[in-house]
Amino acid sequence: MSEKPRVSLAPVRLEYRASAGRGLSRSLAALMEGRIVGQRCPVCAKVYVPSRGACPSCGVVLSEDVVVSETGTLVSFCVVNIPLADRSLPLPYVHGSVLLDGADIPFSHLLQGLPVEEVRMGLRVRAEWVPGPERKPSLESIRCFRPTGEPDAPFHAYMEHL
Amino acid sequence: MMAAREVAIVAFAQSPSVRREWARDDVELLLPVIQDALSQAGVRKEEIGFTASGSSDFVTGLPFSFVLALDAVGACPAIEETHVEMDGAWALYEACVRLSLGDVDTALVYAFGRSSLGEPRDVLGMQLDPYYVAPLAPDAISLAALQARALLDSGRATERALAEVAARSRRNARSNPNAQLSGDMVPETLLEAPYFIAPLRRHDCPPISDGAVAMVLAVGDKARAASSRPAWIRGVDHRIEPHGLGMRDLTRSPSTALAAANAGVAQGKVDVAELHAPFTHQELILREALGLDGDVDINPSGGALAANPLMSAGLIRIGEAALRIMNGSAHRAVAHATSGPCLQQNLVCVLEADS
Repeated sequence: MSEKPRVSLAPVRLEYRASAGRGLSRSLAALMEGRIVGQRCPVCAKVYVPSRGACPSCGVVLSEDVVVSETGTLVSFCVVNIPLADRSLPLPYVHGSVLLDGADIPFSHLLQGLPVEEVRMGLRVRAEWVPGPERKPSLESIRCFRPTGEPDAPFHAYMEHL
Repeated sequence: MMAAREVAIVAFAQSPSVRREWARDDVELLLPVIQDALSQAGVRKEEIGFTASGSSDFVTGLPFSFVLALDAVGACPAIEETHVEMDGAWALYEACVRLSLGDVDTALVYAFGRSSLGEPRDVLGMQLDPYYVAPLAPDAISLAALQARALLDSGRATERALAEVAARSRRNARSNPNAQLSGDMVPETLLEAPYFIAPLRRHDCPPISDGAVAMVLAVGDKARAASSRPAWIRGVDHRIEPHGLGMRDLTRSPSTALAAANAGVAQGKVDVAELHAPFTHQELILREALGLDGDVDINPSGGALAANPLMSAGLIRIGEAALRIMNGSAHRAVAHATSGPCLQQNLVCVLEADS
């Protein structure tokens, strides 16, 4: 085959307006006020953070809002060694799953304030908020989590929430 | 397909179709609809043997939106589930096939489409052939107008006949609380409106709608236990035509005719037909392909011209037809769903009450 492959360009662009839904909207609004709000399932009593409108296990509407603590336990983590777009953090840094006190589902956020080789499961951490005027209806209103200095949580305290 | 086991629709629920569902996300929109369907059938979610859904990430603008939507089902303990990236009518087809295998007796079928999040006429353009057609960027309404022009030029339809379809659809929709557009219209007034994309006027085109639909299917005695008057699926078939628009006679629908023959449409008197015709001229093409005469009550719900949530409107047609069997106002019904540009792919379903 001596012919070069030919390429035709047909750029495609679609625009959308997204909406967060009722449950998530309440969680996002609370972040602007410096509170972390989840929702409790009326059937299994699990607390989802951030809230998501429905309990994915039970298939029912989550209607009870619950304010959870801004401290929690690092239940899992990874060490990031590659630069990502929109991130200017010095490498390496830690991205972790934080189980907030009072929540049943961990969520992902940045961990700062500890050399990466000292990061471990069970580490107790607290949210560090960006200043009030800079907060947005987004998890970016929490800048990162930092160690509280408390003793580590024992494994059995979070083994059901990995 | 003729099911080896008797399969029936025993419950049908839908959200009202609205121009913009902004407050609720897909899960919050679906949850009450699914719960309504399960409650009508008197089954708990744990009793559902198979779950099938229809939706499109291109409509929602969100990757794997159908996986997120499973939150509305409550997939714990783990469930057997499938999804079609098309109208939920094809999810119903898959559920019929699954139920015919013999090891599960009950299925949940649902679909959702918040068409308002994007521009539906451009979103639907994404399904076109990427080499020869899509780069020309024809939108869905322009392609429908091309088809309407071909039909008018064939001499088998007039602009007045299109307006009559629109007027009847809007009038019928007055008794459908879930419809989005309704009103007492007369063809003469509609014909005074300017062209939107000639030869189509706005009333020849569907509204942009957000909505969701769910139904429960059951087999044999399970169906009789769930409903005093199940809508038995006597035949269901779907056929597709070539992708290339130029390879088709756009004024006819041979895929509908073939699906209708395989589903057994002509094997009895049809009381009511719910046709998924988003554009007025498409109803005329479908009626001809299905061989429906003047005695048949066409689209008593108002059809897709009164409410057109993408990926749901076809399944809603099957539900509306089933509803008329279940409430006793019809004995035998035909439902149709379409997919692709200019009626490219068509599904036909025959529903009957116990005789």
